Amino acid sequence: MFYREAGDFKTSYRDDSQTFPIRFDRLRYYAVLVVAFGIIPFVINDYWANAVFVPFLIYAIAAIGLNILTGYCGQVSLGTGGFMAVGAYAVYKLMTAFPEVSILIHVLLAGGVTAGVGVLFGLPSLRIKGFYLAVATLAAQFFLVWLFNKVPWFYNYSASGQITAPERTILGVAVTGANTPAWAKYLFCAVILFALAWLARNLTRGTVGRKWMAIRDMDIAAEIIGVNPLTTKLSAFAVSSFFIGVAGALFFAVYLGAAEVGEAFGINKSFLVLFMIIIGGLGSIFGSFAGAAFLVLLPVFLKNVLVGVLGWPTDLAAHIELMIVGGLIITFLIAEPHGLNQLWRVAKEKLRLWPFPH
Amino acid sequence: MPDTFFYALEVSLNGLMAGVMYSLVALGFVLIFKASGIFNYAQGVLALFAALTLVGLQNGQVPFAHLINAVFGTSIHGFGWQLPGIIAILLTALVMVGLAILIERYILKHLVNQEPIILFMATIGLAYFLEGLGDVMWGADIKKLDVGLPQGISDAIESTTYEWFGYGFFIDRLDMVAAVVAALLVASLTLFSQYTKYGRALRAVADDHQAALSVGISLRFIWVLVWSIAGFVALVAGIMWGSKSGVQFSLSLIALKALPVLMLGGFTSIPGAIVGGLIIGMGEKLFEFFIGPLVGGATENWFAYVLALLFLVFRPQGLFGEKIIERV
Repeated sequence: MFYREAGDFKTSYRDDSQTFPIRFDRLRYYAVLVVAFGIIPFVINDYWANAVFVPFLIYAIAAIGLNILTGYCGQVSLGTGGFMAVGAYAVYKLMTAFPEVSILIHVLLAGGVTAGVGVLFGLPSLRIKGFYLAVATLAAQFFLVWLFNKVPWFYNYSASGQITAPERTILGVAVTGANTPAWAKYLFCAVILFALAWLARNLTRGTVGRKWMAIRDMDIAAEIIGVNPLTTKLSAFAVSSFFIGVAGALFFAVYLGAAEVGEAFGINKSFLVLFMIIIGGLGSIFGSFAGAAFLVLLPVFLKNVLVGVLGWPTDLAAHIELMIVGGLIITFLIAEPHGLNQLWRVAKEKLRLWPFPH
Repeated sequence: MPDTFFYALEVSLNGLMAGVMYSLVALGFVLIFKASGIFNYAQGVLALFAALTLVGLQNGQVPFAHLINAVFGTSIHGFGWQLPGIIAILLTALVMVGLAILIERYILKHLVNQEPIILFMATIGLAYFLEGLGDVMWGADIKKLDVGLPQGISDAIESTTYEWFGYGFFIDRLDMVAAVVAALLVASLTLFSQYTKYGRALRAVADDHQAALSVGISLRFIWVLVWSIAGFVALVAGIMWGSKSGVQFSLSLIALKALPVLMLGGFTSIPGAIVGGLIIGMGEKLFEFFIGPLVGGATENWFAYVLALLFLVFRPQGLFGEKIIERV
């Protein structure tokens, strides 16, 4: 009825190759943008910003980053936490060293620094493949966390070993520090997420993305048809690490405010982001959003039900939560190994034929 | 100078002993990887779960006591008996076999023919689940595990070496027991896989799934078998680590330490797991001893991974792994 190509005539190549060729999809996209930028910032409060929206936006950036590397280019990485730490410490050093420069530039530069580190740790991927590579990226995870713990220069010789974000403003409104209004936090992350998701979407459907996918599907065959594995793999590591670095910078500066590296960027963070893209769907931008939303909302929901409604002790609830998360992941993998994105795709297919499926 | 030499020797001996402990965990990984191509992240949590169950059975704790108390408002804690160590170990081994059957029935059966990454993720999910289950069943506090293994520094070795070299070596008695147990375990696993019917079936499956199916070997039975054996190896690892440092959550993290061991030795080789463990154990202790003080210590956190990473760049299949052949 409403989800149809029919009647939506394209009169130029430009129209024909747009991201959302179906009119309903385009309208939905604009509607999401209106809600995200026109409504939520005006009604958001501190609880919703801190518990749901800001972590969702930041994890979505990280998930898109990891999805570029793992979903599109096929290189499994367990070093996400370490790369997020690089972003966080880079932005901290930049913020304290150049206080007069805009925080936005610092966040992007932190992404750039992480991209450099990512390329460095991506070099072995030319020799090592599959699980061996996944374990090799653990080296990045543990080494980086150790480095930020042990070298005092990174945390400006502070006595506690923590890093604390100073207050920085954009157009006179604080976006980091203790006095940040909830809507500013939300809007700052949302704008960056929107820009990066747009970038990722267009990268992955262009030449670069096709090269990544060729390497993922079979690297030897890709090499034979003229895809250079060196530049392709390293570009995937660079772009992915850029995204993850930006996510790490925002996670520290906007969300946490103060961070201790082992706690905030440990191995669990790597697994969390990996879960997000598996549950959301490998090789899809929508899947990154869906996975991030699912894994941010689930613990909030479970905590509210188990502690709030049933009144169980918090430690017991935490253990049950672990069991439920583990069980859900297994159930998901059995029921739909291609993730939430696949459910979405099937729903769209059904909608296209509705109400006459034959 | 001789003192530094002897000290370094002692450090490397202790490193070798620690390496044996890593090897124990790595063994379980290799067994499952060979038989089913599954990279079993849950191996460390299996060890934790086994150790928790062992302590719980030994002390006569009521399973799920915390949960029952929370739901029904009761206050029960234990049956009030103490089981002898050997019976508790046998019962725990039974529990691990039961667990293997459940894992096969509810997880693996449904994931046949999925990509390796999906199976790997499923075992991470399993790890979370078991971690939660262990805590809910037996409580999350740190427990002391004592099944009568010798503890402390061996006086005999210290005095003997002092007579010989003028320098007494400190060797933990538990570490020596672990080394002996690991040797026995490897020997019995080798005997089992070479000289029994099921061992041959196991090797056939490891070699080629489809060929094994076509000559009438039941894959499902083999999977249950191999997960039971891995559970048993996890139990042994759990007993050793639990006696050494108490049964607590960090026990499951040793699984991560077993990964570089595997990479170094090759995912598919049992001797590789042992040799890799020894190299990693000795390497990280020596590195910490010589280089650690220069860079601020705690290098044990990452040394193993970086060593494995550098090693793999030159030999991607590990020391004893099968050569990776790629075809288009």
